Amino acid sequence: MAAPLVVIGTGLAGYNLVKEFRKLDAQTPIIMITSDDGRQYSKPMLSTGFTKGKSADDLAMADAGKMADTLGIEIRTHQSVTALHTDAHEIQLGEETIAYSQLVLAMGAAPIEIPLSGFEHLYHINDLMDYARFNQAAMATVASQVGQHKKRILVMGAGLVGCEYAHDMAGAGFEVILVSPDAYPLPRLLPEECGHALMPALTSLGVELRLGHAVVSVEKKGDGIVAVLDDGSVLEADMGLSAVGLSPRTDLAKAAGLACERGIQVDRMLQTSAQDVYALGDCAEVAGLNLLYVLPLMNCARALAKTLSGQATEIRYPVMPVQVKTPSLPIVVSPAANGVTGQWQISGQSPNLKAEFRGESGNLLGYALTGECVAEKMALNKELPPMLA
Amino acid sequence: MSQTLKKWQCIVCGWIYDETEGCPEEGLAPGTRWEDVPSDWLCPDCGVGKEDFEMIEI
Ligand SMILES: Cc1cc2nc3c(=O)[nH]c(=O)nc-3n(C[C@H](O)[C@H](O)[C@H](O)COP(=O)(O)OP(=O)(O)OC[C@H]3O[C@@H](n4cnc5c(N)ncnc54)[C@H](O)[C@@H]3O)c2cc1C
Ligand SMILES: [Zn+2]
Repeated sequence: MAAPLVVIGTGLAGYNLVKEFRKLDAQTPIIMITSDDGRQYSKPMLSTGFTKGKSADDLAMADAGKMADTLGIEIRTHQSVTALHTDAHEIQLGEETIAYSQLVLAMGAAPIEIPLSGFEHLYHINDLMDYARFNQAAMATVASQVGQHKKRILVMGAGLVGCEYAHDMAGAGFEVILVSPDAYPLPRLLPEECGHALMPALTSLGVELRLGHAVVSVEKKGDGIVAVLDDGSVLEADMGLSAVGLSPRTDLAKAAGLACERGIQVDRMLQTSAQDVYALGDCAEVAGLNLLYVLPLMNCARALAKTLSGQATEIRYPVMPVQVKTPSLPIVVSPAANGVTGQWQISGQSPNLKAEFRGESGNLLGYALTGECVAEKMALNKELPPMLA
Repeated sequence: MSQTLKKWQCIVCGWIYDETEGCPEEGLAPGTRWEDVPSDWLCPDCGVGKEDFEMIEI
């Protein structure tokens, strides 16, 4: 019997690839391997769970057993792949080796750990199991002189995940402090004016903003934590959440000699530098682009499913705007490609801003829309070039 | 039926709900209007809720 198709990772990338593949090929044996519990869930829902009052179990859509039945595959949970032997067409899980006909790497990205004394006292949320741990701990109330109250949460990082969490938890009645060395929220996505528009939206929900300051150390104190900032000020909280970014999981691929830059490098066919080995999702760098969003990985899943079933298909990316889940100030962004030069042109009145990033000849390269201006998304999308033509 | 049927798209993953076709796999008969899709219904591809869909032009 031919060796199976092996997929490492059961996140949105792994599961959607297999789902698409099964529409084209019901026969080929498939083994999926995951170091987590293999439950199917929607990662974007992890940063709106508190406002919606959802536990991790509420967010789980199906367990690994149900997924294996539905897709007609074998799923190995709580097992980590430890090495890839691409010449032999085998992967290693500790002592065991598994042969593959084709291999797909969908290993995602790992939360960045910063060298900061006491970093281990902070939580991070990058999958459903992390959410379960954090949500359970956060939902326990604390007692004080004034009675029971919700916990005070320190969120570190003002990027997409940090801002969404601050918003979500403040919206659910938690006291939130958002600390970041960034001068304004979402600096890697928004021009300054738009970032500033988000600040009153967060503070009016009760988020205390400590921007322009880095945490230099964290210590445990009683049941809570104490964080010291670079200006010497001290913040106390019941819990801390680190949201300082993600780094694509490239270790296994690198050790196997696959070409890696920011992510595992793949061409337009989503093939790595090794034959019969493919990659998609957060771990992959597709034709130079490492995009940590769902829309790109869905496009990759559809194209790769065809390629794996014998119909070689190149990946193309349409315009793929990113919605920031801060409902008190809706934001949608279509970032310009890395390295292109242009200028922001901003119109409107805060918090309703339309920021267009235009090149020399006036051509639209990207945009950021806040508040009521998000309605202009459709019109701007038509003017934008596709992410990967 | 007076109104024309519409299409709705998931803004997170791009999946399209076409009222004309419904989504029989999910128990939504052809012709089911978006407003009649249950409020706890989830995108079959990425699992986000109805609020993350928007109407698209055809
Ligand atoms: C809080 C939050 C909110 C987000 N919101 C949005 C949003 O609104 N819109 C959007 O487009 N994107 C959003 N994103 C990003 C989006 O969710 C991710 O891009 C996407 O889920 C990545 O899927 P993936 O399958 O590539 O990775 P993951 O979901 O991380 O899956 C990786 C898989 O690989 C497995 N694995 C890793 N290493 C090994 C190993 N050695 N052996 C075996 N298994 C292994 C893991 O167990 C896991 O199953 C959000 C992200 C976060 C964290
Ligand atoms: Zn979706």
